[in-house]
Amino acid sequence: MSGPAELPPTALQAAFDRASADLAFPAPDDRPPVLNDVPPSAEQESLLDRSWRDPPGLLGALSAINHKTIGRRFVLTALGFFIAGGLLAALMRLQLARPDSQLVGPDLYNQLFTMHGTTMMFLFAVPVMQAMAVLLVPLMIGARSIAFPRMNAYAYWVYLFGGLMLYGAFLLNIGPDTGWFAYVPLSGPEHSPGKRVDFWAQMITFTELSALLEAVILITTVFKLRAPGMTLNRMPLYVWAMLVTSFMVMFAMPAVMFASTALITDRLVGTHFYNPREGGDALLWQHLFWFFGHPEVYLIFIPGLGFLSAVIATFARRPVFGYPAMVLSLIATAFLAFGLWVHHMFATPLPELGKSFFTAMSMLIAVPTAVQIFCWIATLATGRLHWKTPLLFVLAFFAVLLLGGLSGLMLASVPLDLQVHDSYFVVAHLHYVLIGGAVFPLIGAVIYWYPKFTGRLMSERLGRWSFWLAFVGFNLAFFPMHHLGLHGMPRRVYTYPAESGWQALNLLATGGALVLAAGMALFFINLWRSRRHGEPAGADPWGGGTLEWATASPPNAGNFCAVPVVHGREPLWQAATEPVAVAGLAVDRREVLVSTTLEAHPDHRLSFPVPTPWPFAGALATAALFIGSIFTPWAVVWGMVPVAIALTLWFWPRRRKTAEDLALETAP
Amino acid sequence: MGTLPQNQAALDRRADAQARLRRAGAGLDVRHLPSFGFGHRSLMWWGTVGLIVIEGTVFAIAIGAYLYLMSRSSHWPPAELPPDYGWATLNTGLLIASLLPAYLAKRAAEALDLPAVRRWVTAGSLASLLVLVVRVFEFTSLNCTWDGSAYGSAVWMIMGLHTLHLLTDAYDTLVLNVLVFTGPLEGKRFADVSENALYWFFVVASWLPLYAVIHGTPRWT
Amino acid sequence: MQDVLHSAGVQAGHILDLWRLMLGVCAVVFAAVLLAFLWAVLRAPRAGRDTSPDLSALQHNEPRLLRRVAWATALSTLLLFGLVGASVWTDRALAQLPLHGALHVRVTAHQWWWDLQYDDAEPSRIFTTANELHVPVGRPVILTLLSDDVIHSFWVPSLAGKKDLIPGRTAQLQFRADRAGTYRGQCAEFCGAQHARMAFRVIAEEPAAYEAWAARQRQPAAPPADALRQRGQQLFLAGTCVMCHNVGGTDATGRRAPDLTHLGSRQTLAAGTLPNAPEPLAAWIRDPQSHKPGTNMPGHDYSPEDMQALVAWLRGLE
Repeated sequence: MSGPAELPPTALQAAFDRASADLAFPAPDDRPPVLNDVPPSAEQESLLDRSWRDPPGLLGALSAINHKTIGRRFVLTALGFFIAGGLLAALMRLQLARPDSQLVGPDLYNQLFTMHGTTMMFLFAVPVMQAMAVLLVPLMIGARSIAFPRMNAYAYWVYLFGGLMLYGAFLLNIGPDTGWFAYVPLSGPEHSPGKRVDFWAQMITFTELSALLEAVILITTVFKLRAPGMTLNRMPLYVWAMLVTSFMVMFAMPAVMFASTALITDRLVGTHFYNPREGGDALLWQHLFWFFGHPEVYLIFIPGLGFLSAVIATFARRPVFGYPAMVLSLIATAFLAFGLWVHHMFATPLPELGKSFFTAMSMLIAVPTAVQIFCWIATLATGRLHWKTPLLFVLAFFAVLLLGGLSGLMLASVPLDLQVHDSYFVVAHLHYVLIGGAVFPLIGAVIYWYPKFTGRLMSERLGRWSFWLAFVGFNLAFFPMHHLGLHGMPRRVYTYPAESGWQALNLLATGGALVLAAGMALFFINLWRSRRHGEPAGADPWGGGTLEWATASPPNAGNFCAVPVVHGREPLWQAATEPVAVAGLAVDRREVLVSTTLEAHPDHRLSFPVPTPWPFAGALATAALFIGSIFTPWAVVWGMVPVAIALTLWFWPRRRKTAEDLALETAP
Repeated sequence: MGTLPQNQAALDRRADAQARLRRAGAGLDVRHLPSFGFGHRSLMWWGTVGLIVIEGTVFAIAIGAYLYLMSRSSHWPPAELPPDYGWATLNTGLLIASLLPAYLAKRAAEALDLPAVRRWVTAGSLASLLVLVVRVFEFTSLNCTWDGSAYGSAVWMIMGLHTLHLLTDAYDTLVLNVLVFTGPLEGKRFADVSENALYWFFVVASWLPLYAVIHGTPRWT
Repeated sequence: MQDVLHSAGVQAGHILDLWRLMLGVCAVVFAAVLLAFLWAVLRAPRAGRDTSPDLSALQHNEPRLLRRVAWATALSTLLLFGLVGASVWTDRALAQLPLHGALHVRVTAHQWWWDLQYDDAEPSRIFTTANELHVPVGRPVILTLLSDDVIHSFWVPSLAGKKDLIPGRTAQLQFRADRAGTYRGQCAEFCGAQHARMAFRVIAEEPAAYEAWAARQRQPAAPPADALRQRGQQLFLAGTCVMCHNVGGTDATGRRAPDLTHLGSRQTLAAGTLPNAPEPLAAWIRDPQSHKPGTNMPGHDYSPEDMQALVAWLRGLE
């Protein structure tokens, strides 16, 4: 199909016409395409939904690639791991409630805290943030789909299989027991024989592969699939947060990938990366791990900042104050996050001058976060507040994260850290920042966007109960831990003596943990019940300003029949200006609009892939390769064959789809 | 509007695309826009560049670990001879030479010239296979084993990582090679060919610092 | 006493001062920001879903808010620089401990006990003990920190910050006890199954008392004073104990477990796990796994009479 009559065909179009005469090009499908109007008709909406929907049945479930299907699965899986990690923590707290307790022996306890940390950091926190982005970003930027939908599905399956492998090992009593950070030489071949640590190290491979692929997907989506007119300057702050996070993932994950691969080879084939007797170094592990590990916590924290901006704007009935400062703060935080890692190593024999540099950087990173906090307070002070549960959870940040950030400043100081490092003070700090900075905002975000994806509101009453129980329980559980650390209680101990005087605070912490668990339980009950019993929500139950609220609840499978044209930062709050939407995209087949990177001018139309089971098969083959290589290095060689086959069949174009695409082909 | 176009033809293409947008009442009509694009206009480019950034970071970390271990030892290599540079230098030359068919394949793809694409992708496949064969000889002349010392471990890890890239990109190129002959083809397959060449550029470019580290550092210290 | 907030030495004292400063500053900042936040949210008028949003921010700048945010940020940054300064100042204070006349002890950490070798320029005055570090009050101590297996960390909060013991590397910790007393320390880096029970004691005593203790430690094992203890020594030397333990002046020269030459003089057993008394000692020897599961020491099934003899001899090693 060539251009309109008034314009001569381009030279490239002529070249294309020549090329497509070759037999390798199937004959174009001659069904006339159905394109969308502005406003779209009901029939066009229905065709769009049919084109983008995932097929039914079991094979359909394995072939699903719609970003909302994958995103929902991803979020629910991550929340499932959150519950598992929480149960592990409850067991830990029950053991620590009394001194010299015999409830849980050292061997099991060491597995419990290893699995708790590993689950929360690798299987919950980072994946859930990426999963929320998978659900939300295409809708917030006015796109019909996420980029690389099949790879998105593959990334989910790889993540799921990695988590299942780890828990399978744990339930078979061969789970890891050297901490979520697995310091060598304890986790090396000499001091951790057997396969426990190998399951941990390989789980890293699964989850970092998944996270890296998601990062590429999200960056491509944000840069190329924004609705026309949504310049970078008009992007929602949440989308900025996920863009920044995705860049961080790309630079941080390789370090842990390399570290865990070197650990596996040390354990499996006798390399000496971490063996000081043959030229290796135990601290190499720590440098590599923490070069990843510090940015990792910001991978969890920055999306939380994004949630805050989204929820505060809607419930304060005004855009967040200081948009440019907010964006620059996100970017500054991301950069600075890579310059802090040595603060996890202050107790090691590294040069003192170097350590002071990391003190300065670790304190400096508080500045961009402070800017964000002040801008939000300014927003709240000049807004009008709609007091609903999402806002409550998000506002908890201002007490909880704030306290955690301040205890972080204390830990940033070398001399003070030398006292409280590896004590319960750190346990208090990390939970204040992660729960205050990520988990509470996440819960607020889930409650906020739940009606969009289910069509129903969660119960306000259950929501408030869950909030107060969680907030009070959290503080009862974790505030005493500051004291415990200052009174000399180290971390990762399965018990403590009665003479220590630590039991009262430990008992209090356990009590608080149970109250927190009750609050979380109510939240999950609310999530479950509201599917059937929640009040029906329309397209826009909260009066939001961003594009996702312009779709139905739940949205059409193709999100936007008429892709909106954006003229400002709060497209739903600002007056409509013409052109209001894009016309002329196909609705009877999968077609997406690709825009230019910075200015979001419409650039070209792209046909998108249809559901296929090959990403699932590829993930199975990948899992077989990864798990096999725990037992023998030859698994890498043999395992590559089914992976190559699956990936080839995934990529290989199908004649019918190609013919369909050729019907709408126009050369640049 | 993205980066500056290279030449007048590209400028014309851009103007045409914009002109094809039509206002249709409240709507912006995009039906006459192209259905594929090259370079940073294409999603595949972004995916490829993302992968390049990630793998580049992996190589940087690997070099960092190598140099870190080197800084902590008094003799480097501790007991072994440095790797023989014969096969490695030959392969480096072959890799640099293989940039030419890759570049020509990219150019042919962006001109939508199918016969030239077929010619140069085939040449690229053969070049990558040749490089892989010589890589085997490189491994045999490293003068160290992965389990002999931390030095050996670092050398083999770096070689292993890069060889993995050679293997996977050779396979990718082979698959594309078959596809451009058999089809089914459409516009965006030309973009796939172009991005595949881009990744090959990275595989070659990333080798150069790795070569310098593996063969240079034992001889400088 | 195992407490950051009760310092008995100059190093811990410097850190405690810094803690008080930082606590004060952070508490003030926390209160200020929290109050500003509460004032903002409690004062703001209420709204509903249909309250029309205020878009004035999209059309005009908000100079008043900008000024306030800018001032708050500037103040925060200034405070942060102050805290960095205080931290660096404390660092320097810690590095300036006068070291002349220091006592040198080489600490080697094992899973899950502490080997302590008191160094001396005169080789005949070197002696080894385990799990209980005696130091003279008022005299600097330089610990050389090594590890035999995995990473451990030496932490006695009432006296100093911690330092990691890393295989393949040597670290150093310098401190001075300024008040006599018994200070408990504990391994602070996860080191495996019995990380929780890898404690130690630092006993700071007046210089005269310390010298008396050191002089006794330099002596070989006290010869058994009676027949019961004689029998106990025989049992010890004839059994597997000698493969791991050293008792100076006897044929027991194992180095894989704590030195027992002066076991009787110590306050605790098994790195702080049990008190040093006849019943716990017997229970420990009989079944170490029930007190410290995963420990490297095997159980010994002695008859009650034999156990009584063995315990008597061991407790006589003062």
